[in-house]
Amino acid sequence: MNKIPNRQAICDVLMEKAKTDKDIVVLCSDSRGSASLTPFANAFPEQFIEVGIAEQDLVSISAGLAKCGKKPFAASPASFVSTRSYEQAKIDLAYSNTNVTLIGISGGISYGALGMSHHSAQDIAAMAAIPNMRVYLPSDRFQTAKLIGALLEDEKPAYIRVGRNAVEDIYSEEDCPFEMDKATVLCEGTDAVIIACGEMVRPAFDAAKLLRDKGVNASVLDMYCVKPLDEEAIVKAVRDAKVVVTVEEHSPFGGLGAMTAQVVGRECPRKIVNLSLPDAPVITGTSKEVFDYYGLNAEGIAKKVMELL
Amino acid sequence: MGNLKAKAYELRKDVLDIVMAGKGGHIGGDMSVMEILVTLYFKEMNIDPEHTEDPNRDLFVMSKGHSVEALYAVLAAKGFFPIERVISEFSKFGSSFIGHPNNKLPGIEMNTGSLGHGLPVSVGMALAGKMDQKPYRVYTVMGDGELAEGSVWEAAMAASQFGLDNLCAVIDRNRLQISGNTEDVMHQDDVQKRFESFGWKVFSVNGNDIDELYRAFEEAKTVKNVPSLVIANTIKGCGSSVMENKAGWHHKVPTAEEYEQISKDLEARREAAVNE
Repeated sequence: MNKIPNRQAICDVLMEKAKTDKDIVVLCSDSRGSASLTPFANAFPEQFIEVGIAEQDLVSISAGLAKCGKKPFAASPASFVSTRSYEQAKIDLAYSNTNVTLIGISGGISYGALGMSHHSAQDIAAMAAIPNMRVYLPSDRFQTAKLIGALLEDEKPAYIRVGRNAVEDIYSEEDCPFEMDKATVLCEGTDAVIIACGEMVRPAFDAAKLLRDKGVNASVLDMYCVKPLDEEAIVKAVRDAKVVVTVEEHSPFGGLGAMTAQVVGRECPRKIVNLSLPDAPVITGTSKEVFDYYGLNAEGIAKKVMELL
Repeated sequence: MGNLKAKAYELRKDVLDIVMAGKGGHIGGDMSVMEILVTLYFKEMNIDPEHTEDPNRDLFVMSKGHSVEALYAVLAAKGFFPIERVISEFSKFGSSFIGHPNNKLPGIEMNTGSLGHGLPVSVGMALAGKMDQKPYRVYTVMGDGELAEGSVWEAAMAASQFGLDNLCAVIDRNRLQISGNTEDVMHQDDVQKRFESFGWKVFSVNGNDIDELYRAFEEAKTVKNVPSLVIANTIKGCGSSVMENKAGWHHKVPTAEEYEQISKDLEARREAAVNE
């Protein structure tokens, strides 16, 4: 079982790139430890900025740095950086078009028993609704590393959400197909299509295996790029299938499911069900306990597909 | 100097025409902030419309973005775009000359409008200047009502923590906001003490006096290791008794009669400045 959380993969890439790119700047809001960025802060003190517990400032300062040629990566708990500083993301990043990457750490319900104040079940909806803001939820550490590398190649704002815990690998060092803003097709099948993002990709992939044992063939799309959504991949997969299930660690509203349903309804109408967190404070527990409780696991996803078929 | 004083009144007339043509705008604050902008753009800042991407240029952020009509008038006078274009296009369908600064227009660095953004963004700019040992300075103008925004104080802390002596903030202290006197809404008379307690060097000047403003900006340049704040004590609606010190003129379009009177008053003050 992999022990490296996606947040650490981000730090590793930034440390490697910062050796030769002095414009890379990492900012934290008293969050370097929880962001796994302490090694970066220690190795590159001249490229690390601590703003204290001030998320609005974190985002606006990042925008000012970017305006002057820096490449800021601002890391803070997803719950805070997606909504506490929402207006700063809207105006100073998206509207002013500054080259800032927001890294929402411990996203979704990663913080478990800390409660709804620390959960970010609205971040996809909130961020995706801002023009010129991109939203990425990478699934494993290898894809996370590829994504950070790709984001260093462009000059537009983006929001990334990663979870707190290490998640099981889907890809490997040698085998991690990645094309920017294109979903990764993990397997193909014509009975059902399962589309997932972030930590829900692994259970979606495992659900396809369970379904195969029952004689049901499902496609699985790793839609790490929630915005811009890879509509082409959705249409291609859904066109030949009977039903669609989306899976996300997010509110039922405005996330991957809602966005996918718009595309499916318009381009290739099918029965589509969105598996998500409830529109309520989630039950107390670890990520696994919470996911199991709401059926956001391989068994739950496979069961839903079988019901639909 | 006499020419710049007169220019401030000429540019106020441009503001008046922008507001009349666009049938909207925040005229009261436009009039109070004018000498601040004229001093910065015509005496203080290293800004050139021919070299808008010069990495060593001084940077300006209009935090009180609603005073954009004054900024348009000054940028036009600096040669960034023709004033006639502003007057004919302001607030019209499809126009880039909207009611708050946007960086699709030359000379505007950052989009503003919602208050409390200019200072923290300027902190980032000043920090980048320090990191790269660039010679530029960063200026931002806030309103006094704007100081109620919490993000201003997050940035005030950070600017001091990072020792940003290349940052100079200005408060257009016109003492009025939409709901009335700032002291009745959320008092700001302690603003000097507040910023000093945050570790800033604070100057307090007559904000409608170009000489006083210029002296403060020049002295701020000599301050080491701490950020500077210029409290520019101004008159809202400055330029005509029709508008001066009247909260109702925060955003108001003059009637035809008022337009005539304000135009006359501005011309009289311009002439007085020329003859000074």
